[in-house]
This record gives sequence, structure tokens and C-alpha cells, in this order.
Amino acid sequence: MLNETQLWAIFDGTIVTLEIAIVAIIFGAVFGVVVALGRLSKSKTANALSWFYIWFFRGTPMLLQLFIIYYAIPIIYLDATGATFTVDPMIAAFVAFSLNATAYLAEIIRAAIESIDGGQMEASKALGMSYRQAMTKIIIPQTYKRLVAPLGNELIMLLKDTSLVSTIALFDLLRTTKTMASATGSWIYYIYAAAIYLFLTTIIQVVFDIMEKKLGIYER
Amino acid sequence: MSMVKLVNVRKSFGNLEVLKGVNLEVSQGEVVCIIGASGSGKSTMLRCLNQLERISEGEIYIEDVLSDKRANNKDLMKIDPVTVQSLCTELGMVFQNFNLFPHLTVIDNVTIAPLIVKKIDKKIAETRALDLLSMVGLSEKKDEYPSRLSGGQQQRVAIARALAMDPKIMMFDEPTSALDPELVGEVLATMRHLAEKGMTMLIVTHEIGFAREVADRVIFMDGGVICEEGTPEEVLLNPKEERTKSFLNKIL
Ligand SMILES: Nc1ncnc2c1ncn2[C@@H]1O[C@H](COP(=O)(O)OP(=O)(O)OP(=O)(O)O)[C@@H](O)[C@H]1O
Ligand SMILES: [Mg+2]
Repeated sequence: MLNETQLWAIFDGTIVTLEIAIVAIIFGAVFGVVVALGRLSKSKTANALSWFYIWFFRGTPMLLQLFIIYYAIPIIYLDATGATFTVDPMIAAFVAFSLNATAYLAEIIRAAIESIDGGQMEASKALGMSYRQAMTKIIIPQTYKRLVAPLGNELIMLLKDTSLVSTIALFDLLRTTKTMASATGSWIYYIYAAAIYLFLTTIIQVVFDIMEKKLGIYER
Repeated sequence: MSMVKLVNVRKSFGNLEVLKGVNLEVSQGEVVCIIGASGSGKSTMLRCLNQLERISEGEIYIEDVLSDKRANNKDLMKIDPVTVQSLCTELGMVFQNFNLFPHLTVIDNVTIAPLIVKKIDKKIAETRALDLLSMVGLSEKKDEYPSRLSGGQQQRVAIARALAMDPKIMMFDEPTSALDPELVGEVLATMRHLAEKGMTMLIVTHEIGFAREVADRVIFMDGGVICEEGTPEEVLLNPKEERTKSFLNKIL
């Protein structure tokens, strides 16, 4: 069985895992809307910038992005200014996962916006709304229900992918349990880890299912 | 004073010229019904009026004020967007597919544009919306979502929603074409009521009976031009143009 120290270590590891996933999903959703609007924008610059953003963050490994932020940026900074600069690993993880989630969610959000019937924008314009008003009050709110399920999936992916942070000196859930397993030679810690991951992903699934139903009330 | 005026309006989509020089002037209180075959440019004409589409050439006046003037797809006047926007909201539009906002209740559908575009007080907007909803006979449905209404009810809400912006001219693009036959009557009744109250109306419709009854003028469009126009008797009963005759023969 777990002693108290181990229990707390696993608890702390779980918190690290959750924190990163939750911060990333929130920032990812907010900036994802911005990048999605950029992709849909008539402005060539906005379009190209958001295309490039998505291309980069979806086309390179998450682990590489983490390394760039945690290892490469301080070196670049040192070369450029001569001053040393360290990135807090937790901040690095927040930034890397948020940037990455933004790219994935931007594509999901863009598809959701494009799936809204064109008549909605026309009716909004005919009523005198600006593009911005039509987007924020009419179009985007209609995507919420369609976004819940993909958002839940993304959160589950993030939760599992956070195990990558063990490479930048963070003790997340998986690394904590793995350390215990190696120290004691017992496999039981992996079972604990699996149970906690499953518990969290199940909760996410249930909560997102409920949200999806709630947000859909207007559809009969 | 004319409410809307199109002068030699042309509109192309790429190489496809859809409007080929349309001239039209509608005076206050006039009810104009527009008929014509599919693809003749009826919708495009309405959509150019409120700038859902931009014309390629010609001039558009709304209440005698120039709202767009172009030649060869070039904006000749660069009228300031605020002016254009306020001119275009003088035109209310009702669509074939209603296009109600599904995520908003009936009353919110009606109040949203006054609230966010005209920035009027919420209380005032709601009082006005309730008046309009009772005019279209739907005040008891105010808290329903559109998906719970019949097509006819949805279209009447759409009419109330357009009226909430206090337009001077109402445009209807086949407002009853998507409706089951038994629901057409209630929408036409609402439109008839508006016409009786003196609203200036531009109606694209295939309801010839309705056009005969309420129209002051009937316009027959064909191939991107106004082919024939006149009183309902002239155009619908005694058409002069062969194309009008053959169109009427086909749909009657
Ligand atoms: N956005 C667009 N892009 C390209 N072509 C278009 C567009 N909108 C309309 N058209 C074309 O313009 C022509 C006229 O269309 P319009 O919708 O004005 O006809 P209509 O008289 O309203 O016909 P209907 O009775 O079918 O509604 C059609 O050939 C149509 O395919
Ligand atoms: Mg049409």
C-alpha cells in the first residue's frame, strides 16, 4: 500500500498533470478562436499568419516544441544578450501546451464556424450587424454545442500528453509513479497511475456529455 | 420621393452576368411584386439593394440618397461605411429559409439587432418586440426557440425581426416557397396587413393570386432585365411580352 509521502507525491503529480491540461485547454480555446478567425479572414496577412501557426504547431512533435521553449529559448537569449535566463519548467509547460492546443483547436473551431449555415451571416448583415457583431453574437455562439465534444477530446489528449513534461524536470503523475515503481521494483504503481488517468478522463467525458446536452437545448 | 431607385444596375459573378441593366424606382407605400423564372436575377436584385452583394455597375439610391455607384466593378464614390450601413438598414429583408437565429428565443431574435446595432434600451426593445410579435400573432411564443415553431410561425417571427429595425422598405425573397401549403396563408396574411398599413414592399413571389391582390405593380424579370412591368391586371392578365405569357402559362 501507499504510505503518506507517496500518496502526497502522487497527488502533487496529478495536480501538475491537471494544471497543465486545464491551462492549455483554456488558452487553446481562447486563442484558437483568434487563429480560426484569422484563417477565415479576408485579410491575406491574417490568413497567412494563422496558416503558418497551425502548420508549424501541428507539423512538429509536441516534445520538440517543449524543448524549444524550455531549452532552446534560454540559449538563444544567452547568445543574443549575454545574460542568462532560465525558464520555469511549469511555465514552459503551460506555454508549450497552450500554443499546441491553440493550433489543434483553431482548426476545430474553424470547421465549426464554417459549418454554420451561410444564411445566418446574411440575416445578420441584413439586420445591419457588422461582421464582428455577427460573429460574436450569432455565428460563434452556435458553434458551442458542436465544439464541446472535440474540446473534451482535446482535453483528454492533453491530459495524457502532459506526461511529456517529465523530460523538462517536472514531476507529473506518470513520472511520479514511475519513480516509485523503479525505487521499489513493484508494478502496482503503474496500476495506480492507470486508475487515476482513467478516473480523470471518465470525469471529463461525463462532464462534457452533460455540457453538450445543456448547450443543445435550443435544438428542440 | 422614391424609396429605392436602381439605375442601370449590372451584376456579374465572374463571367456570368446576372443583372444586365436593371432600372427600377419604387415610391413610398408602393407594393411591388417581382416574378420570373429561376435564375432570372430576382434574388440578386434584392441582395444588391441592401448590399449583401455589391453591384458591378450602376447606381443605387435609397430614399434619394446614393448608396452605391460603380462602374466596371470599381467603387466610384467610396461612400463612408457608416452612411451605407444606415441606408441599408432602411431595408428589411425576409428570406425564403427564414434564417432565424436558432440559439436565441423568439423575443431575442427580434430584439438582438435593435440592441446591438441601434444600441437602444433593453426595456424599449422588448416592449417594441412584443408589439411586433402580437402583430404577427405570436406573442405567446416569445420564449420558445425557433426549432419549436412551424415554418409559418418562423417566417412570421422573421418578419417581426426585420420590422424591429424600423425599416422603411421591406423586401421579401420568396417568403412562402419553403412552407407547407397549409402554412402559406398565415404568412401572406401578415404581409397583406403590412401592405395595408402603408409599408413599401418589394416581394419576389410565385404566389400569383397574392400578387394580383396586393401588388400595385408587378414586375416580370427575365434573363437579368425587367422584361415587363405594370399593374397586376396588365402584367398578369394581359401580358404583352411573349416571354411573360409563356412564363405565366408554365406556372399557372
Ligand atoms: N454568389 C453567387 N455566385 C455565383 N453565381 C451566383 C451567385 N448567386 C447567384 N448566382 C447565379 O446568378 C443567377 C441568378 O440567381 P438569382 O438567385 O438572382 O435568381 P432568382 O431569379 O432569384 O432565381 P430563383 O427563382 O431560383 O430564386 C443564377 O444563375 C445563379 O446561379
Ligand atoms: Mg431567388
